[in-house]
Amino acid sequence: MLYSDKRGKTKKVKRKVKPDEAPVQEMDQAEGEETEKKSVSGPCFPPTFSVSEIKNKQRRHAMFLKLKEEKRKQKLELKKKKKKERKALGDQAPPKEVPKTIENQRIYDETTVNPEDEEVAFDEGTDEFSAYFSRLTNPKVLITTSDRPRGRTVRFCEQLATVIPHAHVYYRRGLALKRVIPQCVSRGFTYVMVINEDRKVPNGLVLCHLPDGPTAHFKVSNVRLRKEMKRRGKDPTEHVPEVILNNFSTRLGHSIGRLFAALFPHDPQFVGRQVATFHNQRDFIFFRFHRYIFKNEKKVGIQELGPRFTLKLRSLQKGTFDSKFGEYEWVHKRHEMDSSRRKFHL
Amino acid sequence: MLENDEHKEEEKNLTESEIEVLLAEVEVIWDLIGNDSFCSYKVKTKTQQFCRNEYNITGLCNRSSCPLANSQYATVREEKGLCYLYMKVIERAAFPARMWEKVKLDRNYAKALEQIDENLIYWPRFIRHKCKQRLTKITQYLIRIRKLTLKRQRKLVLLSRKVERREKRREEKALIAAQLENAIEKELLDRLKQGTYGDIYNFPIHAFDKAMEKQEEETESEEEEDEEEPVTREFVADDGFEESDLSDFEDMNNLKGSSDEEEEAEEESSEEEESEEELEEEKTKAQSKGKAPLKGPIRKKRAYVEMEYEQETEPAQKSKAT
Repeated sequence: MLYSDKRGKTKKVKRKVKPDEAPVQEMDQAEGEETEKKSVSGPCFPPTFSVSEIKNKQRRHAMFLKLKEEKRKQKLELKKKKKKERKALGDQAPPKEVPKTIENQRIYDETTVNPEDEEVAFDEGTDEFSAYFSRLTNPKVLITTSDRPRGRTVRFCEQLATVIPHAHVYYRRGLALKRVIPQCVSRGFTYVMVINEDRKVPNGLVLCHLPDGPTAHFKVSNVRLRKEMKRRGKDPTEHVPEVILNNFSTRLGHSIGRLFAALFPHDPQFVGRQVATFHNQRDFIFFRFHRYIFKNEKKVGIQELGPRFTLKLRSLQKGTFDSKFGEYEWVHKRHEMDSSRRKFHL
Repeated sequence: MLENDEHKEEEKNLTESEIEVLLAEVEVIWDLIGNDSFCSYKVKTKTQQFCRNEYNITGLCNRSSCPLANSQYATVREEKGLCYLYMKVIERAAFPARMWEKVKLDRNYAKALEQIDENLIYWPRFIRHKCKQRLTKITQYLIRIRKLTLKRQRKLVLLSRKVERREKRREEKALIAAQLENAIEKELLDRLKQGTYGDIYNFPIHAFDKAMEKQEEETESEEEEDEEEPVTREFVADDGFEESDLSDFEDMNNLKGSSDEEEEAEEESSEEEESEEELEEEKTKAQSKGKAPLKGPIRKKRAYVEMEYEQETEPAQKSKAT
């Protein structure tokens, strides 16, 4: 008898149910009244009953859908009520609640930089990039790959070289990085960029600032070459692009941001109307290269040229590349750092 | 089959008849495991048969290379970088524990060859030759190992599938949350408002109006005299700008100052990422925060206006092309 009750409550189109519905409906109403006596709200479900207890899959599914719809209705009613209240109060209404996002709920990082922080300003005045930022040096970048690069990586390197001014691509040919670096220093390079490749696809980036600078190791993903871009423009010109660095808020983020900024020469040529963006969101750094045009003072159109890729910082090491004996400033440790979904480090 | 007690005392000294018997045994073995029969060490491929026995000298399954079917046999094997010569003779055929005699060969290749020669002095040519060939091959690959260990070795880092999947999903979500195009456009518009682009783009109207309003407020509070002609000033928004009067310079400075103050209040977040750029500024803080510090005094109007026109046509062409 219990079974037939529950069947009667389903709304499904099963033909078997129809002949039963008539006699069951009376029972339904009785049940309904009973439940109404038991619980104030409930039209449908006795409180001790849960959808998961039904063994029959189709019935269970149908009941679950019914349950969902109930909930949706309730939610809608609640919303309507709230809206009415807001209207009624008019100006005195409490401010609208801001929806929670991951960025809102982010765990506050102690190393977040305060813009007026003097200590940070002092550090940045004396760190490895101070030479660049005080305009003593001009960037000169060497781009290379791991051994035996495949086609995609090579093309990626070439495109990077067009995006970054004063960049030169060299083949690796099995040379040891530790020997390459002193040679680069002697030839006046300020950056070495090594793109690591795995299974014909670039997947890692080692960015080493040259005279003694920090070495950052990134994981590269979602590389899109120029010809794979939709609605892209013509090739980038030789003009020096502008740089946009977004959301680098902690100390670590700051140092990485300066690392990226020092890749590009100081004075962007606005004639070229090109902009390179490094946008940090939840520890992923998105690189984009656009050409912009101001249609009027309120509207700008951007068109993506150039490769796009995503970076995720794996480690930051003081000094030039030395994976064994180097001093690591920051290493991504999965078990410690990925334990919370709201904690980000950049 | 021969009985064991006969062999226990006299290992080396076998009579001829005993030897014959043993040899016959060996023939039987080859019949059993040989050409088309089953041998557990045999690996058959389309064109050839291989022997997986560790004492096999050539690695192929042949009558002459089979260590089971040859009573007199020798191999060279390598352990931990050292080569050893293994020999099996008929006299020890019944003692499996002592069957193989192991001789350590010299590390020097030439000396090792001589050692092989002296140990296998009256042995069949085939076995001697193959032993030497094997020794050659082994030394070559040992040299290669030593060379490779000196070079850079590739370290394989394991990817955890779960982590990769998770990171991929998080990246997608982060991309959606980032709203890159909007962010970039906003940043560019902010830079335009701040004036980092200088006078390249001539969209003066809106900004000027705002500035004019602010200026009016200021002048009302300050009560200066010569700036109390709003009507002409506003009208002159474009014209007066072209005339390089001193009063206009003042206007420009006030303008920039006001618009920057406006923007400073709004943009606290962008300050953080652009703080590194602040270091390079020589001008006052009210100046533009972009990469290129703006030159204060306005340059010659005529030439500038022409430049603007040129630029305006260029982008039009570009948009047509794309």
